[in-house]
Amino acid sequence: MSSESIALAGVPERSQPLSAVLYSWVTTVDHKRLGILYILLAVFFLVIGGIEATIMRIQLIVPHNHFVSPEFFNQMFTMHGTTMIFFVAMPLLFGFGNYLIPLMIGARDMAFPRLNAFSFWLAAFGGLLLYFSFVGGYGLYGAGSAPDVGWFAYAPLTAKVFSLGHSTDFWTLGLLVSGFGSIGTAINFVATIICLRCPGMTLGKMPLLPWLNLVMAWLVLLTISPLTAAQFMLCLDRFLGGHFFDTQAGGSAVLWMHFFWIFGHPEVYVLIIPAFAFISEIVPVFSRKPIFGYPVMVGATVAIAFVSMTVWAHHMFAVGMSAYGNTFFAMTTMIISVPTGIKIFNWLGTLWGGKLIFKTPMLFAIAFLFQFLCAGLTGIMLSAVPFNWQLTGSYFVVAHFHYVIVGGILFAAFGAFYYWFPKMSGRLYSEALGKLHFWLFFIGFHLTFDFMHIPGVLGMPRRIYTYEPGRGWDVWNLIVTIGVFFQGIAVVIFVANLLYSVFEGKLAGNDPWDAWTLEWSVPSPPPEHNFARIPEVRSRRPLWDIKHPEDPDWKYE
Amino acid sequence: MNSAAISPGTIETPWSLPYKGQVGMFCLIVAESTIFVIFVVAYLFYIGKSLSGPTPREILEIPIFATVCLLSSSITIHTAVRALGKANFGTFRLLWFVTLVLGAIFLIATGFEWRHLIVDRNFTIATNLFGTTYYSLVGLHASHVTVGLVGLLTVLLLALFGKVRLEHYPQVDTFALYWHFVDAVWVVVFTVVYIIGR
Repeated sequence: MSSESIALAGVPERSQPLSAVLYSWVTTVDHKRLGILYILLAVFFLVIGGIEATIMRIQLIVPHNHFVSPEFFNQMFTMHGTTMIFFVAMPLLFGFGNYLIPLMIGARDMAFPRLNAFSFWLAAFGGLLLYFSFVGGYGLYGAGSAPDVGWFAYAPLTAKVFSLGHSTDFWTLGLLVSGFGSIGTAINFVATIICLRCPGMTLGKMPLLPWLNLVMAWLVLLTISPLTAAQFMLCLDRFLGGHFFDTQAGGSAVLWMHFFWIFGHPEVYVLIIPAFAFISEIVPVFSRKPIFGYPVMVGATVAIAFVSMTVWAHHMFAVGMSAYGNTFFAMTTMIISVPTGIKIFNWLGTLWGGKLIFKTPMLFAIAFLFQFLCAGLTGIMLSAVPFNWQLTGSYFVVAHFHYVIVGGILFAAFGAFYYWFPKMSGRLYSEALGKLHFWLFFIGFHLTFDFMHIPGVLGMPRRIYTYEPGRGWDVWNLIVTIGVFFQGIAVVIFVANLLYSVFEGKLAGNDPWDAWTLEWSVPSPPPEHNFARIPEVRSRRPLWDIKHPEDPDWKYE
Repeated sequence: MNSAAISPGTIETPWSLPYKGQVGMFCLIVAESTIFVIFVVAYLFYIGKSLSGPTPREILEIPIFATVCLLSSSITIHTAVRALGKANFGTFRLLWFVTLVLGAIFLIATGFEWRHLIVDRNFTIATNLFGTTYYSLVGLHASHVTVGLVGLLTVLLLALFGKVRLEHYPQVDTFALYWHFVDAVWVVVFTVVYIIGR
C-alpha cells in the first residue's frame, strides 16, 4: 500500500465519461465522498453568503447610501445569517466529521452509510428550498421575494398578516428539511463512534476529534430537535391557522424566542466544538507534542455541552424576564467560560515548550486561540445584564458573534482545510498561497470585526439599512467595509489554491505532517475501504507507536 | 506504511461494542423526545390561555379504550420479540399481528375522536389556542403511531412470506424499541391532555 497504488487507482476514474463520474458521486454512500460533497456544498454557500455580506457592507460604507433598497437589505441579512449557520457552518463541520471520524477510529465507513447519503441530500435540498424563495417566494414586493424576517425570525414578523406570500414558508421549510438531515447525521456520528471503533480503541484512547464530534452530535440531537418542533408550530400557524405565536389569539411571541434560543445558543457550541476538535488535532502535530491534559479536555467539552443547554435566555435580557431569570442566565453564561478557559490553557500547555512549526494550519490555529479568547471576553461582557441592556441589538453584539463564528469557527475550519487537504486530495497545497491567504484574511478579519465593536458602543443598531452622517459611525463603517474586501480576496486565493493544488500540487504521500492518528496510516486519498486490515491500537497516538517502537506511548498511558 | 503493522501487540481483552441499530434508535428516540418536550411545554404553557371557548372540559372525553389498546400493544410486541428470539415463528407472527391490530384500533379511535370534534362540535386547530395545542400534540403522537404501523405492517408482511428469521432478531428488537417509545409518549400526552389539561 504505497503511494504508487494511488496513482493507479486514479487512472481508471479519469478515463470514465463525465456522466459516469457524476452518477457515481450522486449515488455514493462512501463517507469520504459524502464528506467532500458536504464540504463543497459549504464552500458554495460560503461564497453566496459572503456575497450577501458584501452587499450589506457596500450599502453601509457611507451614510445615506442607495446601493440597495431597505427591503432588499432585510432579505440580505436574513439570508446571510441563515445561509452561514445552516448551509455553511453545519455542512462544513459535518463534512469534516464524516470524512475523518471513520478514518480516525479505524472503521471502514459510517454506521449507516445510506442514512448518511440521505442526510446530505436533505441538507442540500434544504439549501435549495431556501434559495428557491428568490424566484418562488412571491411576497409583498412583487415576484420573487427572499425571507426578510431575520435569521431568528421573531414572532409576529413571521405571522401570515405581516409576512404575505411564501418567503417565510421557504425559510421554515428549508430549515425543517435540513434539520432532519442534521439529526440523521448526528445519529450516524454517535452510532459510528460508539459501535465501530477498531480493537483497542477504548473511549480513553480515542483521538480528540471523534471525542469532540461525539459530544457535538449528542448536542445536535438535543438542540436541533427543538428548532424542528418550533418550525412545525410555525408551519401550523402559517398553513393551518394555528395560534402558537399569534398574540391576537392569546399566543405568545416570547415563547418563540425561548424555543428559538433553546436551539440557538447550544447551536453555537454545536459549531464551535468541532472547531475545538480541529485545533486539538492541529496544535499537537505542529508543536511536536501530545495534547496537554487529554482527560481534562474531554471533561471540559462535556461540561460545555451540559452548561450550554442552560444559557439560552441571555439572548433575551431585554425582553423583560424576572430578576431571578436574568441572574440565573447571567450566572450560567459566566460559568460556561470556565471549561472554555480550561481548553485555552490546555492548548497553550500543548504549545508550551513545543517545537513549533508555522505551517498554514498552525497559523490559523494560533490566530484561532487569540481571537476565540477575545470573542469569549466580549461574551462575558455581554453576559452582565446591565451591560447587555445597553448594547443588545447593537453592532457590538454583531461584532461579538462574528468574532466567535469567523474568528473562531471559520479560522479553525481553514486550518482544517489545509491540514487535511493532502489526505483528501493526495496532493500538497501551495504553502506560499496558503500563507498569503492567512495574512490577508487575518488583516481583513481584524479590520472588519475589531472596528465593528466601536459603532456598536456608540449606539449603532444592527439591521439598519442606512444611517445619519455625523454620529461618529461613518469612519468605522468605512474601515469595516474595507476589511471585507481583504477577506474576499483572501477567499478567492484560498479557492484558487485548492483548485490549483488538486490538479498540480506535489504528491503528498501517506503522512506529510509526520502525524500520529490513524487517518495518516492509509494512502492519500484513502482507498474506498479505508483500511485493508482493520488496525488495532494501544494508545492515543498509534502511529507514534509504530514510528517509535523503542518508546511507544502505551507504556505511559 | 502498512496499516497491518499498526498493532505492536495483541489486544488482551475481547473486543465487543454495542449493536449500532440499538444505539442509532436510542439517539432517534432522544431527538424525538426533545421534539415532544417542546410540544408538551407549549401545551402546558397555553392551558387556560385561550381567549374564547370551548374549554377542554367541555368537549374532551377520556379515550380509555384506545389507551388500553395502545399500552397493551407494548406487552404483545415485547412477547412477540421474545418469541422470535426463541425461533418460535408462529407465536411471533400471531403476536405481531395482534400488536398491529391494537395500534390500528388506537389510530382509528383517535380518528373518530377528531371527527366528532371537527364535525359535531365544530372545533378545529384554528378555533382557539386549546385547539392549536391539542391537535398538534395529539397529532404529532398520532403521526408517530402511523409511522409505527407502517413499520409493523412491513415486518408482518415479511414474516408472512417467511423472510423474518432468527438472525433478524436485533433489527426486530430495535424496531420494538421505537414502538415502546410511541407507547411511553402516549402516557405523557394522555396525562398532559386528558388529566392536567382538563
